[in-house]
Amino acid sequence: MTLLRAARPLHPWAWLVAPALICMALTIVFAAPLRVLGLALPEPVFGLVLAFAWPIIRPSILAPFVLLAFGLLTDLYWGSPTGLWGVSLLVAYACVLSVRGLMQGQSWLVSWMWFATITAAAMATAYFLSILSSLNTPNLIATAWQFLATAVLYPFAGRLIERFEDADVRFR
Amino acid sequence: MSLRDGPFQDLRVPLTWTAAVAVIVAGIVGVALLLNDRRETAQLQVYGATKSVVDTVATPVGKVVAAPVRWTSEGVGGLQDYFFAIDENRRLRQELADMRRLQDETIQLRNTNARLRSILGLSVDPPLPMTAAQIITDSRGPFANSRLADAGTGQGVSVGNPVMSERGLVGRVVGVTRGASRVLLLTDVSSRTPVLMDRTNARAILTGDGGAHPKLSFLRGVDPVKVGDRVLTSGDGGVFPRGLPVGVAVQGLDGTWRVKLDSDDAPIDYVRILLFRSFDQVIDQKALSNAAAPPPLAPADAAAISAQAQATPAEPPKGKPIAAKPAAAKTAPKTAHAKPPAASTAPKAARNAPKATP
Repeated sequence: MTLLRAARPLHPWAWLVAPALICMALTIVFAAPLRVLGLALPEPVFGLVLAFAWPIIRPSILAPFVLLAFGLLTDLYWGSPTGLWGVSLLVAYACVLSVRGLMQGQSWLVSWMWFATITAAAMATAYFLSILSSLNTPNLIATAWQFLATAVLYPFAGRLIERFEDADVRFR
Repeated sequence: MSLRDGPFQDLRVPLTWTAAVAVIVAGIVGVALLLNDRRETAQLQVYGATKSVVDTVATPVGKVVAAPVRWTSEGVGGLQDYFFAIDENRRLRQELADMRRLQDETIQLRNTNARLRSILGLSVDPPLPMTAAQIITDSRGPFANSRLADAGTGQGVSVGNPVMSERGLVGRVVGVTRGASRVLLLTDVSSRTPVLMDRTNARAILTGDGGAHPKLSFLRGVDPVKVGDRVLTSGDGGVFPRGLPVGVAVQGLDGTWRVKLDSDDAPIDYVRILLFRSFDQVIDQKALSNAAAPPPLAPADAAAISAQAQATPAEPPKGKPIAAKPAAAKTAPKTAHAKPPAASTAPKAARNAPKATP
């Protein structure tokens, strides 16, 4: 019994719930109404850190539902159409899950490029869902800014992967 | 005892495939929620209980987060005031000189306006009541531009109320709870606002796209707009009152006409919510639909109309079908009981108006 417990260090609280709560807290902080010299804070999509890191660490049944809940909370907090970021984050998760074998064990720079690619896929999904929802094309420059603000978050995703990728060797 | 310690401990499932199934199930739930979302309407009931609860909870959380941000902002503002005091002094002197000239013009125009109104017997709109609110959260992405304000139904705020900063229109309320209201900004991708050019009176629809400067769509006429034209709300559709300042017309790099919003120049921490009731809210649509039919014509009047119609059979039909079709006069009392066309079409127009304008 003791051996079994030692073989299961990947507790859902540690790798799913705690990172999701941290990302939600950061989302709330970055939604503060602050302008300095007329410039507002950037608005990165912190959920993409989770959508990228979780399937690389290990496939999970719980993770997609936590990600959906995170996306829905983001939508409700930001006032975007309910389900927009839930679906977009799940698309990113599905993309990583389908090619996770290619992403594992890559160098820092290559992993960062993968993260940017996945971010672009999620943003494209949100872009087209937004067109369908509002029958209007969102501004490409504003979309590009949000993409850049999110793409620089890779160090957080890399840190999460480094911390937990050896925790369950069955999925390496 | 956990599942793994029991009789199912040897059960193995292909976790990657199971995770894929979980993604599909979660995706279906997400798409269903997305299809059910209708945030662009002006109806209170579609805002949803979940959104109301989140807004209610987010208000105190956002206030706690916004407090240090506000202190920092005030500190930075103090430093800016200190270092740019001389420049600001020069600018304010120039502004004061301009304002004095405008004040003289305003007094003259107000006097003329009052005299003309009294001559014409025009009734003017009553002053709008308003309430001040503090902004708690501010989302600025390309897919959502909204703010949460700390005034709700307790302060008389209702869905559709216009929201202004010190300088100009910010947006309108799309969701309201007891202590908070969600403000959809003019820049939001689903925002549509009927506006007019102050110089030419040309109408357009201000269409947000998630960028800083919303587009002017459906512009009509020859040269309806020039760079620097003042843009105001037109009041068409009844959602916004007429004449609220929106911004200044600018031309984008792609040639499209856009508006530099006046509200961008003002601090975003406090707003004014105008307690303006839209046309859709003011009218009683049910009463309008069930309006009593006009009383039937008296027999003498019906006979007179019939005689008049028979006396002029050769005249081409102009306007009233009763003159073109003498037989209609005989059935006039019967048709008078039918639902009047004006009464039947008005509610439809009223229902359509807010959908077209938000």
